[in-house]
Amino acid sequence: MIEIKKIWHYFVRYIDGFLLIGIVALMSVGLTVLYSATGGNISKVSHQAINISIALVVMWMVANIPLQQIKRLALPMYMMGLALLIGVALFGEISNGARRWLDIGITKIQPSELMKVAIPLMMAWYFDKHEITLRLRDYLGATILLMLPVFLILKQPDLGTAILIATSGFYVLFLAGLSWRIIIGLIAIAAGSFPILWSTMHDYQRQRIMTLLDPSQDPLGAGYHTIQSSIAIGSGGVIGKGWQNGTQTQLDFLPEQSTDFIFAVFSEEFGLIGNTLLLLLYLIVIGRCLVITANASTQFTRLIAGSITLTFFTYIFVNMGMVSGILPVVGVPLPLISYGGTSMVTMLLGFGILMSIQTHPKLIKT
Amino acid sequence: MKHNVELRDHPAELRKFRLRLGISAGFVVIFFMLLYARFYYLQVAQQDHYHTLAEANRISILPIVPNRGLIYDRNGKVLAQNYSAYALEIVPSKVADIESTIDELATIIEITPTDRQRFKKLMKESKRFKSLPLRNRLTDVEIATFATNRYRFPGVEIKARVFRQYPEKEMVSHVIGYISRINDRDLEQLEQNEELNNYRGSQYIGKIGIEQSYEKQLHGITGFEEVETDAAGRSIRVLSRTPPVSGNNLILSLDLGLQDAAEKAFGDRRGALVALDPNNGEVLAFVSKPGYDNNLFIGGIDQENWNLLNNSIDRPLNNRALRGVYPPGSTFKPFMALAALELGKRTAEYSINDPGYFSLPGVDRRYRDWKPGGHGRVNLHKSLVVSCDTYYYGLANDLGIDNIHSFIGQFGLGKKTGIDIEGEVSGLLPSAEWKMKQFKQKWYAGDTISVAIGQGYNLTTPLQLAFATMIIANNGKAYLPRLVKQIQNSQTGTIEEIPPKLLKKLKLKPHNLEVVKNALVDVTRPGGTAAKAAINAAYTFAGKTGTSQVIGIKQGERYNEKSINERHRDHAMFIAYAPAEDPKIALAVLIENTGTGGSTAAPVARQVFDYFLLGQQPEATIAQFSEAVDNHEHEHL
Repeated sequence: MIEIKKIWHYFVRYIDGFLLIGIVALMSVGLTVLYSATGGNISKVSHQAINISIALVVMWMVANIPLQQIKRLALPMYMMGLALLIGVALFGEISNGARRWLDIGITKIQPSELMKVAIPLMMAWYFDKHEITLRLRDYLGATILLMLPVFLILKQPDLGTAILIATSGFYVLFLAGLSWRIIIGLIAIAAGSFPILWSTMHDYQRQRIMTLLDPSQDPLGAGYHTIQSSIAIGSGGVIGKGWQNGTQTQLDFLPEQSTDFIFAVFSEEFGLIGNTLLLLLYLIVIGRCLVITANASTQFTRLIAGSITLTFFTYIFVNMGMVSGILPVVGVPLPLISYGGTSMVTMLLGFGILMSIQTHPKLIKT
Repeated sequence: MKHNVELRDHPAELRKFRLRLGISAGFVVIFFMLLYARFYYLQVAQQDHYHTLAEANRISILPIVPNRGLIYDRNGKVLAQNYSAYALEIVPSKVADIESTIDELATIIEITPTDRQRFKKLMKESKRFKSLPLRNRLTDVEIATFATNRYRFPGVEIKARVFRQYPEKEMVSHVIGYISRINDRDLEQLEQNEELNNYRGSQYIGKIGIEQSYEKQLHGITGFEEVETDAAGRSIRVLSRTPPVSGNNLILSLDLGLQDAAEKAFGDRRGALVALDPNNGEVLAFVSKPGYDNNLFIGGIDQENWNLLNNSIDRPLNNRALRGVYPPGSTFKPFMALAALELGKRTAEYSINDPGYFSLPGVDRRYRDWKPGGHGRVNLHKSLVVSCDTYYYGLANDLGIDNIHSFIGQFGLGKKTGIDIEGEVSGLLPSAEWKMKQFKQKWYAGDTISVAIGQGYNLTTPLQLAFATMIIANNGKAYLPRLVKQIQNSQTGTIEEIPPKLLKKLKLKPHNLEVVKNALVDVTRPGGTAAKAAINAAYTFAGKTGTSQVIGIKQGERYNEKSINERHRDHAMFIAYAPAEDPKIALAVLIENTGTGGSTAAPVARQVFDYFLLGQQPEATIAQFSEAVDNHEHEHL
């Protein structure tokens, strides 16, 4: 009995229970919605359950690694990621008009996915290294570290991932104390350069941007997704149409209903009440992450935890925003709910880091 | 060393970090509220709107075409019916190369050049996304063959369709008309009448004849099926169904047997015959020869058959009974005679001496009687029996054109009768006013003279003549001629009688009527112009012969039948009713280019009467004729 207890203790000692419950709750919602979105396709649901299991194992493993070890991985991971991105640019496989995958013999990998973790790690490591004397050129150096991979991903082209990675890097800059004046200045420059950019664009490029902003201009093309998902959400009403009863979902009017647009399925079937509960659940998880971040003991752990937390939030916001029609459609999954193994593993890798930060003995000043 | 760095922690920096983290947390909450506001907008404020859109997405409404009503004759014989069959149909917009697709189809299913031609014509007339038939009435073998090869032919499908069929073809085509595919003009018309909704899914509409004029009764009410469909347009399940209401059946007053007897009596000759029931205006027979096979038009007629019909010198598509206009010739005389008596211009006793011609006072020109040398003393009775022209020349001059126009106008000549099929023409009963309007010329006394014997400007349709004859037969009652006698409700089976419609009752003095009617009976007796046709008849019948000129004969010339082109020969006419004492049938017969009414038109009338009154087939009547001729010859011997 004591033996079992010991093993159990050994097993869970670096796991944050609070966070785990929140994550598992969201994953359960995900599986439930997936069952409905696939029309009761058990094999797809089982496959996702396997994805979740793998991701949980990855999380457990990462949670067990002390941050000092992880920190050592920052530079090699970043360099490797960068090398792979260059590899993609040179030898990558083209699918759907974009060059995103690299065949490394055994399997195909998507280096931009690796970068989602490597960037915050690298930047946190960089700031941690220059902690004593943070000057403007340090921020500049960090920005270059960020922009190199972002540029390569943008060239693939993969606008969505580039923006998300840039955002996760920006969070590190922000939390590391980037001066408000520079932040506001950057926003002003971006806003100011837009009209100039607009005037140099081709008509078709402008048209694309217009469609992004107003989907009803192209109801059967680019706008179809947003229009159908808005209909799904709106027709769900307050209480929803009930599990497996969403007409938009069950009759296939909703595109990509198990992946990027799974939130519309949830929303149609569970209504505003479901949405409220889901937002609260996400808020609880984010809240726990923020607490972990606030309690982190070093510059490195604070920055990495903060960036992971805010990136998690960004995914949620961008996905729900695009599905509900207030943001343009970029390929971003809903964390912990959308079908797919890669993003699940990436997300739980992040949560593993957070757990490691929380549960390993903190090196607080004595 | 490393640990030293990590252990260094400035409280000020930590405060700064936590402030930034707090700001971030604030942003998270604000952005979540933004999302919440959006959800509220979609799911509460706009819920109805999006609910409607979602319903419109999933529910499509499919029309169910009602069965078209059937058409029967008065004895229940079928004149128009429906049958279900499978058709091979192509949606042109879904097929890249129509020509090669048809070629390939032809290797597995028989497709005649006629089918191809008809399909091409249909393609020109139809929208590209409409399903058009290439072949109708597929056999079971053909259906099975296509089914196994179906994958090779995207855009080609076998569909179960209901087809129209007219079993009697030529015999009643001018009455029944036909249905054909709905074209753009029909759609416009339907939209104007706000009937478009009822034709969603309908392929056919009545184009002419009864099929056209009773379209509303025959078509029925389209049913609807609410079907849940998925994004690919596949039907998932039926949500609700409103069954269609079949069109009503029509029972015509037409007697198919009588129609058949009349057809037989005509043989190959061209012409028209309209027979009415003088007691109610029902059309008993309505013949226009030659007819055409109205089945050809249903699926869209092919070019070859169309050319054959449209370019034929016999003009089979022309409805002579309804739309053919002919000078009434001497069949006009009974109405002139009645006018003379009613208006007091002549008495029954008054007589003239007929020298064989008439001249207007102070004018040289001679208006000839048909009989050289004239008929001697002629009173009104004799003028009708022997069809004396001279009598009417003088009479017309005394009556004047305006009296003729207004009196005879009462009998419906020169006016549409209002029969229940469309396309009727009015013909012409001339007047001084009309001539002034038409030619800006005054009316001359000479014009009146030719009107007197039904020539000149006079133009009537066989239907009008039958209508006028009916009015004499029933002593002045103008019933609306109608083809449809009863309408049978397709749902309940109840039959609604269409009551006879008395348009007006002419005020004619019985004595005057009797004088004229007695004379008309004597027309069919020895000495009368139609005596031969009445030989051995088991009943008395009354009639008046006529000859309708196709070309004018110049002054001083004689009409010589043999010397002129067959198509320019006179038309034979006969109006009649029987039995004379209690008329049950009144008719007008016209036979084109066959000479005098007594010799060709009157025998047709007799055969029709014999069938109608005695049930005797035309062959038997013809036998009676030749028997009579034999007897006659015996007498001479």
